[in-house]
Amino acid sequence: MKNFLSGAMRAPRHLATCAVAALAITGSATGLAAQDREAVTIGYAISKSGPNAGGADMTVTPNYELWIEEVNAAGGLKMPDGTRLPIEAIAYDDRSSTEDVVRAIERLATQDKVDLILPPWGTGFNLAIAPLMAKFGYPHLAGAAVTDKASDFVERWESSFWFMGGSHDYVSAFTEILVAEREAGRINDKISMVSVADGFGIDLVKAARPSFEEAGFDIVYDKTFPPETSDFATIVSEASNSEADTFVAFTYPPHSFGLTKQAKVASFNPEIFYLGVGAGFPVYPNIAGGSVEGVMSLGGIDPNNELNSAYRAKHEEIIGRAPDYWGSVLIYASLQMLEQAIERVGLDKEAITAEISTGTFATVLGEETRLENNQLRAINWVGQWQDGAFVAVSPEGSEGLAAVQLPKPNWD
Amino acid sequence: MKTSIAFALAFTALALLAVAPLILPEYWTGVLLGMTGYVTLATAWALFSGPTRYVSLATVAFFGVGAYTVAVLNEVLPYPLVLLCAAGIGMIMALVVGLSTLRLAGVYFVIFTFGLAELVRQTVSWWEVNVTYTMGRYVFLPFEGHHIYWQLLALAAITFLIAWAIGRSRIGLALKALGDDETVAAHAGIDVTRIKLFLFVVSSTIITLVGAIQAPRWTYIEPSIVFNPTVSFMTLIMALLGGAMRLWGPLVGAVPLFLLFEWLSGRFPDHFSIILGALFILIVFVMPNGVLAKIDDLRKGRQS
Repeated sequence: MKNFLSGAMRAPRHLATCAVAALAITGSATGLAAQDREAVTIGYAISKSGPNAGGADMTVTPNYELWIEEVNAAGGLKMPDGTRLPIEAIAYDDRSSTEDVVRAIERLATQDKVDLILPPWGTGFNLAIAPLMAKFGYPHLAGAAVTDKASDFVERWESSFWFMGGSHDYVSAFTEILVAEREAGRINDKISMVSVADGFGIDLVKAARPSFEEAGFDIVYDKTFPPETSDFATIVSEASNSEADTFVAFTYPPHSFGLTKQAKVASFNPEIFYLGVGAGFPVYPNIAGGSVEGVMSLGGIDPNNELNSAYRAKHEEIIGRAPDYWGSVLIYASLQMLEQAIERVGLDKEAITAEISTGTFATVLGEETRLENNQLRAINWVGQWQDGAFVAVSPEGSEGLAAVQLPKPNWD
Repeated sequence: MKTSIAFALAFTALALLAVAPLILPEYWTGVLLGMTGYVTLATAWALFSGPTRYVSLATVAFFGVGAYTVAVLNEVLPYPLVLLCAAGIGMIMALVVGLSTLRLAGVYFVIFTFGLAELVRQTVSWWEVNVTYTMGRYVFLPFEGHHIYWQLLALAAITFLIAWAIGRSRIGLALKALGDDETVAAHAGIDVTRIKLFLFVVSSTIITLVGAIQAPRWTYIEPSIVFNPTVSFMTLIMALLGGAMRLWGPLVGAVPLFLLFEWLSGRFPDHFSIILGALFILIVFVMPNGVLAKIDDLRKGRQS
């Protein structure tokens, strides 16, 4: 019955599609055959206004602009036959509204008929467009989206790729450090934890509770606050009375900054001070008045990785400011993978999807970056400010990861 | 005779709109979808706020509740039942809110409704954070753009029918009196509060359904996404532009504004908020009764 219905619906649509296609070809140049094309059109919809604009403008948009500028400066995207085609970018504002981002993707796919679509910022927005990207067959390189369900999503939407990991990954890497520190006798087994009542904060705190408790920690203070909160005096004083050596805050930039300032004012200096998004922004040391040594958060970089250092220098040169220490490099790496996939297989969307899924690429993350089950797993999960840089850390340190340095020194 | 011609015209337009997604490319279906959503919102809003002159900013409170109901129930109940539940919840919420606040008047009501949207959003957030421990919810329903569009179109048609029927009924007559002078209407034996409550409930239920029908389009839902205050402001400005006192007024306002914003978002993505604000000011100063009333005025002016 269902098949019959959809078949019946499709039949008139085919005719209509033909008519529309004919119109489109006469009306625009995008319908030209591949050998005649003069450029590659790449579209994206991003939050330029509204509550998401800040995050998008930190992590996503600058990397799109940087990459497009770099590619075009080199003459364009390299095709398998060695020729180069410049990128023509089409950028829309989704006004931080999911209805608008969905419509913008429809517009890019069916109206502008772009060759490729780059994803928007945020977990919710990437999920909102995922069904459309799969339907139109575009590879969906979901960069700024933290989700534990990536393994389900790659089955649901076969052309989707997830580059930022999930809450469990971040939390379990951090728990490992906590356990090592406790065994070394540097911290007690109490944790005070706060989170922002938003998708990000709740997702992480939900993963953190069982993870900390299974590792034998006692969560003595556990509070969720609304995103509009700007006064953190109560939270900091309650956390400092809780006798926990570890303070964890799953927060967004305004809260991370506010908590830092309040902690300094109240001389709240726990052995471990871990914050959410914002603590890995280049602007964070200025906000904290310089004394950020020992502060921990998600992400981090390897300061000895020359590829990454070159990327950061280039970002500063072209965009005029440094990238953040977490998501930016992942977004940029996803674009490099896209670029190299095109060089190998051309502009066929299906072939690009297959290549990204199985190929090995040289990116800012390393000479041999590849995806596992369509997800990037070579992510730095925990970072710490050490000597003015936000470096990726692990309990003992290993290749590419520094040893974590605890307890955190005093603020001053 | 005139009515039957109007009905025939409306029906033809409806039929044309219904087959449009079969002919048009997907993007235009999306545009029609968004436009129908706002036409329905603005018409439903004007159903209550037009005659009573109570400016409500609670649109997004009901819209968001509808969307959230679908997000919570879509895996538990069959879809038609989910819609019924959403309508029921919207209706009950409107009854409670209406009974407790419709005696407020003027600016107090505006402030209250704005606060209501925020209250509902914070309550949903609190519930999700402290009771269910989930912030984002997924809506995996097998609907494409045109399926959602057809549902919205049907709802829009029903909304117009309701608005038309009310205008011709005894309630419509009472409303005219009520809109001119509430005190006089009350003295003439009209149960003012009951009529206001009735309209508020009908209007809010329709708004809740718009949110519920649109939800599957976003796949992922959280309070900051569905309780976006822009929805309330857009609805208000569209209804006011066209004229909230007339049946077709909100439609006349919603269609050009929606197309304008869509065009602006492509051409001038950085100036949307400024233009929205400027339009507000323009409407209030130049045509406080809407475009249709303004055209009438101009015509009369020429004749006399």
